[in-house]
Amino acid sequence: MQLPATAHPPDEITHPKRLGYSYRRHLGERFIEALLFLMAFVSVAITVAIVVMLVKESFVFFEHVPLWEFLTDTQWTPLFDDAHYGILPLISGTVVSSGVALLVAIPLGTITAIYLSEFAPFAVREVAKPFLELLGGVPTVVYGYFALLFVTPLLQKIFPDLPGFSLLSAGLVMGIMIIPYVSSMAEDAMRSVPMHLREGSYAMGATKFQTAIRVVMPAAFSGIAAAYILGISRAVGETMVVAIAAGMQPNLTWNPMEPAATITAYIVQVSLGDLPHGSIGYQTIFAAGLTLLLLTLAFNIIGHVLRKRYREVY
Amino acid sequence: MRGDKDLSEIRTIIARHKLWDLIFMIVGVLALMIAVLTFMALFAHMLIEGMPRLSWDFFTSFPSRRPGSAGILSAWVGTILVMLVTAMAAVPMGIGAGIYLEEYASKNIITEIIEINVTNLAGVPSIIYGLLALSLFVHQFGFGQSILSAGLALALLILPVVIVATREAIRAIPLVIREGAYALGATKWQTVSDHLLPYSAAGILTGVIIGLARAIGETAPIITIGALTFIAFLPPSPIKDEFPFLSFDWLMAPFTVMPIQMFNWVSRPEEEFQANAAAAGLVLVVMTLAMNAIAIYLRYRMRKNLKW
Repeated sequence: MQLPATAHPPDEITHPKRLGYSYRRHLGERFIEALLFLMAFVSVAITVAIVVMLVKESFVFFEHVPLWEFLTDTQWTPLFDDAHYGILPLISGTVVSSGVALLVAIPLGTITAIYLSEFAPFAVREVAKPFLELLGGVPTVVYGYFALLFVTPLLQKIFPDLPGFSLLSAGLVMGIMIIPYVSSMAEDAMRSVPMHLREGSYAMGATKFQTAIRVVMPAAFSGIAAAYILGISRAVGETMVVAIAAGMQPNLTWNPMEPAATITAYIVQVSLGDLPHGSIGYQTIFAAGLTLLLLTLAFNIIGHVLRKRYREVY
Repeated sequence: MRGDKDLSEIRTIIARHKLWDLIFMIVGVLALMIAVLTFMALFAHMLIEGMPRLSWDFFTSFPSRRPGSAGILSAWVGTILVMLVTAMAAVPMGIGAGIYLEEYASKNIITEIIEINVTNLAGVPSIIYGLLALSLFVHQFGFGQSILSAGLALALLILPVVIVATREAIRAIPLVIREGAYALGATKWQTVSDHLLPYSAAGILTGVIIGLARAIGETAPIITIGALTFIAFLPPSPIKDEFPFLSFDWLMAPFTVMPIQMFNWVSRPEEEFQANAAAAGLVLVVMTLAMNAIAIYLRYRMRKNLKW
């Protein structure tokens, strides 16, 4: 509660100088609080700036290209003479590569999380958790290198028809990369399940596996689901692995054995060339970026709602 | 006898269920091993391919058209300068925002908007920050394709990491510390700056290191603002001979960073360049892993020593 500058707290009656209400001190405090508030507000300003910028540049794009064509055309060739502006090939590439990644990350991440939370001895968990965190810290460009020069040749031994660039190898490596995100969050959710639920289950004669599957996982369901959503959002927004290993050719395909481009890879490809500011090619990356932001935003909101719910359960 | 038969049936059921426990144990260890083995394969592959290229010359040469004499001088100098800008922008801003949200903010709609925002910003793909920087810093503010633009883009990217780390570190300090300070007549800022910040310094530092390690490895946002992939010169030196001895020309200089240099080499068809990519990748991985390891160690130490 702030006292007005003229009001005198009771102390001042006895010690007017030392304990009195100091206007200068009060002003300094207010200044610092305002400064800190501004710093906190920067995050809101960034969000507003992102939305305004993407919408503004996309708006110019959609004056050239009808929204209907953007959503239905099956070719994405904005830089050719015969320009087509259909986002579908980029969406299909994004969906396929993310799909492959999730087929790897969700089962492995879940099993790892159950193992670490319910089965692993204390020492194993203490070593494995930081190690998984380290795995999440490896730069994505390094994973891209690994996908192109290690995983693809390896896969070509199994599938001789596999081209040098493919959504499959990019997706597989992306999946491994995402495991730490999924497993760490799913494990946190499972560990916050109260112990008495497990004890009740053991008292009924259930084994560890039965307890984990039938008691702990359902209790932690919304937290685990939020971890999956986070994984999806990461896979959709991941850039360097697909830009290096999937081959940057917009290609409307649902076959992971083919090269294709994702939304993010397209943005990288265009940025590598020197595009003049304000050209239609320059605006396409903002239209693609807006599509990507809307996709990840939808997932983030679902994840946020799920996380909120699992906090309130117990 | 019926009872015996029932008992043996129950025993088989128990044995079967215990077997499932064992099977899952093995599957769990295998799942963990897949992640571990992939990392080992990645590291071993880069070590074998890149180790022969790692020499003193590799660190002191500019990139070149001849793979044998190409090096990463401009890349690591660029990385350090970009990180400098990132840290200068993200650390004060992130800590300030964290303090505000944890100590000052009252429960109202604005605080809630800020909190939801920070969570959402952490989920925005990094390349979107690149687009923001391209539109805002490069063109709107006229910073150009410079170290300043890149550093600010990465600062925005790691801001949520620093904010969250600051909040968690401050939240861990028990209320009695604050009450003690207020009881002695300290103002809010005196409490924060003399007590809360020093006690949470290790936690904040952990977050800052993790954020910077992530920023070092980020490629996409920097490619988007149009960083060059072939740079055979260094930015102007920040230290001058004459007064005032400091120069900020380097902020506006074109640059390249380690991940971009590596990306450039990976996407070339010649095999010799890929050895260079492996060597650059090795340096990059060792750098980020070392930073992450320091952060994890710090966190571990803190958890062990702090008993309020």
